[in-house]
Amino acid sequence: MALTNLLPDFLVAPLDYLANMARKNSLWPMPFATACCGIELMATASSRYDIARFGAEAMRFSPRQCDVMIVAGRVVMKMVPVMQRIWLQMPEPKWCISMGACASSGGVFDTYAVVQGIDRFIPVDVYVPGCPPRPEQLLRSIIDLQEKVQRTGTIDAREFASRTAYEGPTALAKELSPEEAIVAPGDYRTATRLRSLPMA
Amino acid sequence: MPYLDTLKAKFAGAFTTSEFRDNKRVLLSAEKAPTTLFPLLKCLKEECGFDMLAELGGVDYLNYPNATDRYCVVYGLTNTATGERVWVKAFANDPEPELPSVVELWKGADWMEREVYDMYGVRFVGHPDHRRILMPAEFVGYPLRKDYPLRGYGERHNFPTVTRAES
Amino acid sequence: MPLQTAAPVTEDVAGADQEFLYTLNFGPQHPATHTTLRLILTLDGETIVKAVPDIGYLHSGFEKLGEDLDFNQYVTIVDRMNYISPFANECAWFTAVEKLIGIELTPRCKYIRTILAELARISDHLLCVGAAALDLGALTAFLYAFNAREKVYNIMESSAGQRFHPSYARVGGLMADISDDVVAQIRDFVKTFPKVLADIVRLLNRNRIFIDRTKGIGVLTKEEAINWSCSGPVARASGVVRDLRKDEPYLAYGDLQGAFKVVCGKGGDCYNRYLVRMGEMAESHKIIAAAVENIPAGPVNVDLNDKLTIPDKQATYRSIEGLIQHFELFMWNRRWETPVEEVYGANETANGELGYYVVADGGGKAFRARTRPPSFIHFAVFPLMMEGHQISDVPAVLGSLNIIAAELDR
Repeated sequence: MALTNLLPDFLVAPLDYLANMARKNSLWPMPFATACCGIELMATASSRYDIARFGAEAMRFSPRQCDVMIVAGRVVMKMVPVMQRIWLQMPEPKWCISMGACASSGGVFDTYAVVQGIDRFIPVDVYVPGCPPRPEQLLRSIIDLQEKVQRTGTIDAREFASRTAYEGPTALAKELSPEEAIVAPGDYRTATRLRSLPMA
Repeated sequence: MPYLDTLKAKFAGAFTTSEFRDNKRVLLSAEKAPTTLFPLLKCLKEECGFDMLAELGGVDYLNYPNATDRYCVVYGLTNTATGERVWVKAFANDPEPELPSVVELWKGADWMEREVYDMYGVRFVGHPDHRRILMPAEFVGYPLRKDYPLRGYGERHNFPTVTRAES
Repeated sequence: MPLQTAAPVTEDVAGADQEFLYTLNFGPQHPATHTTLRLILTLDGETIVKAVPDIGYLHSGFEKLGEDLDFNQYVTIVDRMNYISPFANECAWFTAVEKLIGIELTPRCKYIRTILAELARISDHLLCVGAAALDLGALTAFLYAFNAREKVYNIMESSAGQRFHPSYARVGGLMADISDDVVAQIRDFVKTFPKVLADIVRLLNRNRIFIDRTKGIGVLTKEEAINWSCSGPVARASGVVRDLRKDEPYLAYGDLQGAFKVVCGKGGDCYNRYLVRMGEMAESHKIIAAAVENIPAGPVNVDLNDKLTIPDKQATYRSIEGLIQHFELFMWNRRWETPVEEVYGANETANGELGYYVVADGGGKAFRARTRPPSFIHFAVFPLMMEGHQISDVPAVLGSLNIIAAELDR
């Protein structure tokens, strides 16, 4: 932070550019593989698709050495604190790819245990659709992320400092207050769009 | 079915039988199950050669046609020498569904009984390590009961959020 | 829930009061676990005194979904259980459902399902062997295995349209018949697969490091294997001669009895489990080779007049009976008529006996769809296998058990 505050803008811009060039071509993924998508992630890394062509083959299972977390597979209640902890352990600058329908939106698992999209709990940069996505789609997401790094990255990751607000999706169904809803005669609880009923 | 003769000699009147396709079942009602289940399974294991507990699962018969008891634990026994199978169904009821544990007979029952407890709240008396296994320890409720909604009560979104600036 | 990684370590670990023992948390995110499972190891130096598994990090309510979706819809969920051999899961699910409704499949459908299920078994064993070797430091076998798996993916994609989760089977048949191109691809696979297997054998079977790290590790005796409900390669490596393909023949295995043998071991250690898996791949190859030349002609679905299968597009759009039946099977209050009964159907999948206990209440949905997951049952044995071994043996045992977290937790 201090360095770029002291330097004039015409020096900061080329420094940013150089840093982005270096970073985008050597992204180190942290494979947070929980389910089926993890196998496609392995397929992407192995011989036919070869993620090394895009400079992202150095998979490190230690979050402290990685730039990009690839969340591959559904994340459930018990796993959310683990995922957040791993995300917080990664050094800045860091990015997150949400691989597959389950990580992005819950996918087919709209059940009591599965989180409906990891972007409710950690920030996500690239979403990859598919159940599971083909390796080509994952490679495309790496390329997209490289473009994002090139366009928005800075040498000391100062672009993240201002993003203090929650950026995830709004609630699936907004909870209305009693003033906003017309209550039909009968059961009050069924007339409002309460997302969660208290335990009986 | 020689095992049936053995069972009839030892536990006359304590059980009923039924059959569908190739599944042959021995049923124990909720009154008889707490006392009869363990000796019956022990007899099947030690005298009739059903040495493997192939399957142990729970069922919740709430609103099921013609059901009289609510919870049921299904024990699938296999004779590894002959490949013969028999199904033992033991029922239990609210408010305190309880059945004897069979971990003493089959070590494989350990986790399967814990799963039934986790999902249905059926307690297994005498289980060595009676805890939840799949759901978080602080979870309330039993998700596979029929009166628990598919999408839960909103527990799945009850977590703090990490914003981009935090790290 | 507050931000905490997991429940506190259990206090009742043997010898926790002895201060030379210490506790190590392993997982839930660890490269050797492949997916998500957690172990709490009590260590004396490098030796494991006690291992306490903590699972449920991927529990996503499969069985609850089974009560919400109908028999055909649930196939998409079943696919995602053991996701490295999805088609074998579909076969097991429909074995139970078809036994419940009382459907006798057409010979062609039986053969196609058999071939694809055996391909799924090969793909499962390839990943298991490759990943186990990868964890022990041998990367090359993993690359060879994945190359062959891509061929299986191609066959699945050509027949079902999806390379990973085919969702190909339906009640009473398949989504579509296979084309000649698929048959050609399977023949090609039959021709090239022995070379892949020979490559892996040459890489691993006499590899000093691999043998040192697997032989005598994680031994399970025959009595223990039976008492702990083990099945599949884990039980067979310990000498339990039990294979549902021989004991309770289903699909086309009745016709193909002469084509394969049951592979068993005696030692019950990791090396034996590896050898059993390699042997099973060779036997699966023989089954496929025999079956692909004998696929009977004829329809792939049971007769349309039985009102059980989804009519094809031609029948749906061009005939009133087809249209009515299509409607009947897709309207949420019609679907299938089932007996108010319950039934258990099981298949021998790559990991062991995968069974479904289906309770029906007369409607087109399962009232209860209980899975008998082999991974869950095999992982329960893990603490027993681990005691007294070194911490570096954990990946070897995990790799040989082939624990798939989605099937473990469902």
